[in-house]
Amino acid sequence: MTNNKSALLVGVGGQGAILTAKVLVNGLMRAGYDVKMSEVHGMSQRGGSVSTQVHWGEKVNSPVIGKGAADIVVAFEKMEAVRYADYLKPDGVAVINDYEMASSSIAAGLAQYPAGCLEAMEKHFRCHVLKAEEIAHSLGSAKCMNIVLFGSMVKALHMEDVVDWESVIADTVPPKFRDLNLRAYRAGYDAVEG
Amino acid sequence: MDRHLLSGNEAIARGAYEAGVKVCSAYPGTPSTEIFESLPQYRADLYCEWAPNEKVATEVAYGASIAGVRSLCAMKHVGVNVAADPIFTAAYNGVGGGFVIVSADDPSMHSSQNEQDNRYYARAAKLAMVEPSDSQECLDFMKAAYEISEKFDVPVLFRTTTRVAHSKSLVTFGERVEHPAVPYVRNTRKNISTPANAMANHPKVERNLAALEEYACTSPLNRVELNDTKIGVVTASIAYQYARDAFPEGTSFLKLGITHPLPMSLIRDFAAKVDKLYVIEELEDYMESQIRAAGIECVGKELTGKLYELNPQLIRERVFGEKPAPADLGVSAVSRPPALCPGCPHRGFFYTMSRHKDFVVAGDIGCYTLGGSAPLSALDSCVCMGGGFTVAMGMAKAFEMSGVTDKKVFGVMGDSTFFHSGMTGAAEIIYNKGNVIPVVLDNSITGMTGHQDNPGSGFTLQGDIAESLKIEDILRSYGYQNVIIVDPQDLKAMEQAVEDALASAVPAAIIARRPCLLIKRIKHDIGKCTVDTDKCIGCKRCLGVGCPAVLVENKKARIDRDQCVGCTVCAQVCPMGAITREEK
Repeated sequence: MTNNKSALLVGVGGQGAILTAKVLVNGLMRAGYDVKMSEVHGMSQRGGSVSTQVHWGEKVNSPVIGKGAADIVVAFEKMEAVRYADYLKPDGVAVINDYEMASSSIAAGLAQYPAGCLEAMEKHFRCHVLKAEEIAHSLGSAKCMNIVLFGSMVKALHMEDVVDWESVIADTVPPKFRDLNLRAYRAGYDAVEG
Repeated sequence: MDRHLLSGNEAIARGAYEAGVKVCSAYPGTPSTEIFESLPQYRADLYCEWAPNEKVATEVAYGASIAGVRSLCAMKHVGVNVAADPIFTAAYNGVGGGFVIVSADDPSMHSSQNEQDNRYYARAAKLAMVEPSDSQECLDFMKAAYEISEKFDVPVLFRTTTRVAHSKSLVTFGERVEHPAVPYVRNTRKNISTPANAMANHPKVERNLAALEEYACTSPLNRVELNDTKIGVVTASIAYQYARDAFPEGTSFLKLGITHPLPMSLIRDFAAKVDKLYVIEELEDYMESQIRAAGIECVGKELTGKLYELNPQLIRERVFGEKPAPADLGVSAVSRPPALCPGCPHRGFFYTMSRHKDFVVAGDIGCYTLGGSAPLSALDSCVCMGGGFTVAMGMAKAFEMSGVTDKKVFGVMGDSTFFHSGMTGAAEIIYNKGNVIPVVLDNSITGMTGHQDNPGSGFTLQGDIAESLKIEDILRSYGYQNVIIVDPQDLKAMEQAVEDALASAVPAAIIARRPCLLIKRIKHDIGKCTVDTDKCIGCKRCLGVGCPAVLVENKKARIDRDQCVGCTVCAQVCPMGAITREEK
């Protein structure tokens, strides 16, 4: 159990974290791990804060973790990294998309987007920050941002040897987006230090 | 052997299929919805449908059971409240073919109005109860549930929680075993719930439950994992998985799958083998209170509490005092509550409501509950499915009786909710002369749960074309002589519709009709709005529509191009004409 790993993918409803989780899980299954994942559906999907958890190891019990238990947080939006920072182990890693989305309360002028999210995360955790949105745009579509972040996650967790991730991606995404997502994976992998 | 990564819901559907189930009926509700979304793949072997509400679904499934086939209904926890009437009587009458009712509870209220613990329904209604803790058990226990239902002549409450229903884990499939229908013979003694028959049925139920308790003491669904004898944990459902991670190596477990009736002699034997007994369960002290009442000493809720979901860390913290010490970042995230989507047709209606301080709006359960959030803030209440019209009725009568004359009362619900339980409320307003304008926000789909068809949408769960019930025809037939149909995205027309309804000499109702923008089978008219910053005076009126795509930056409005769909509601409220729509 102690060798089990936990990842938390966090973002805003509609950013595509579920596909990222699917690629991760498909690869882990192919590598022979026991895997559990947990996601929340329904009301929170409507522009709310969303999180997907993935846990793997020889034998996994709980599909959810509590605070201080995640090996990695992949934040699709930088304020969401701050929101879920408590879930990281003290020696955990964060992959953070340097991208800002106003919440409805901010858009309505009822609150201010907090300053210094990245700096605060970098001060306390080992962080890999990238502009996944811009990278995805430069590759041709903002939609592949989730796989860009996945590439960074593989590097951050040193998971290159777990499985042939490129073939997992190729088998998981729709055929017409295969090339785009493979380029996204490589770009995300190259965008961060190991 | 092939392993599949399935959610608990998908595994329940697979389990029903393998159990030879033939008739399935449900109303969508988070976290139960995906069970029925995964059933149409088995339509060659079974019939499945969306019913108008949970009571109907339960009655349809129970009717199929009476007729001799295995049947299934499923609902979220509060759906069981709607279906409680047939459930209680079905328990007395018993089953023909096996009958399983899935209740998906929602601890921590991820998408619900309460976190009621439906295990008490099993006790109150005298049902058998089965609780799985992961997806493989969802599949296996479904098959066992049908055996139990038929062996003990009792409906089975198959109770999950959000983390069982929505977590995915690895599952090995079996084969479908056809279960031939019990040949139908009329049995009035059993199936007609008159007082005389019920008098005879009640003792039968008590006998059957007593026999089931004995069975539960040896059933493989209730499993003893005996390790060292210092600590023993009685647990069930997802709490078992949490406890396995939270308690130290060597802890002994009594993991229960049949939780009503509780196998008390099994629990007593287990308790006698360990030095200290814990009962770990989410929400209420359902098991603990019964175990204590049986004279068995145990520790549970005084440590774990009754509120919200547990997880391994919370159990470690509350049972063993191991509290994590998170770093103080010095920055905190602003709340990110859900909001009506950009282009949501409900926005125009709620914006119109928000402009009138004398309007009182009783809302309902659906995406449109978000009309109560800032900045729209256009709801006074939201209670339950179908309550929008009738709560409005009560408020209007109260104003009448207390001499309040400056309030104009609206009852609001969506199309699926109208068919669910709003129609009786529409009848109430006509019958008892309510001073209420009923409004149906007709977006042609069941939105919040993720786009399920309903009696108005023109399709069935199995994908067949269906009769599409016309809400205006129903309302007119009830006596609403003035049914105003309006596009809520046209703010002038929406305002006019409200004024016309209030001024109407005959009973009036409003249907605000525009399909949900996320319906894939409809071709939507998508565009983009942009702000002319020279014209924008930074008055922020556009923020009042509460659209996630509209922001103010550097004292000027800005529209996020990635999110905007060009609905123009913000443009219609701009006093300077600074927002225009470009075609895509």
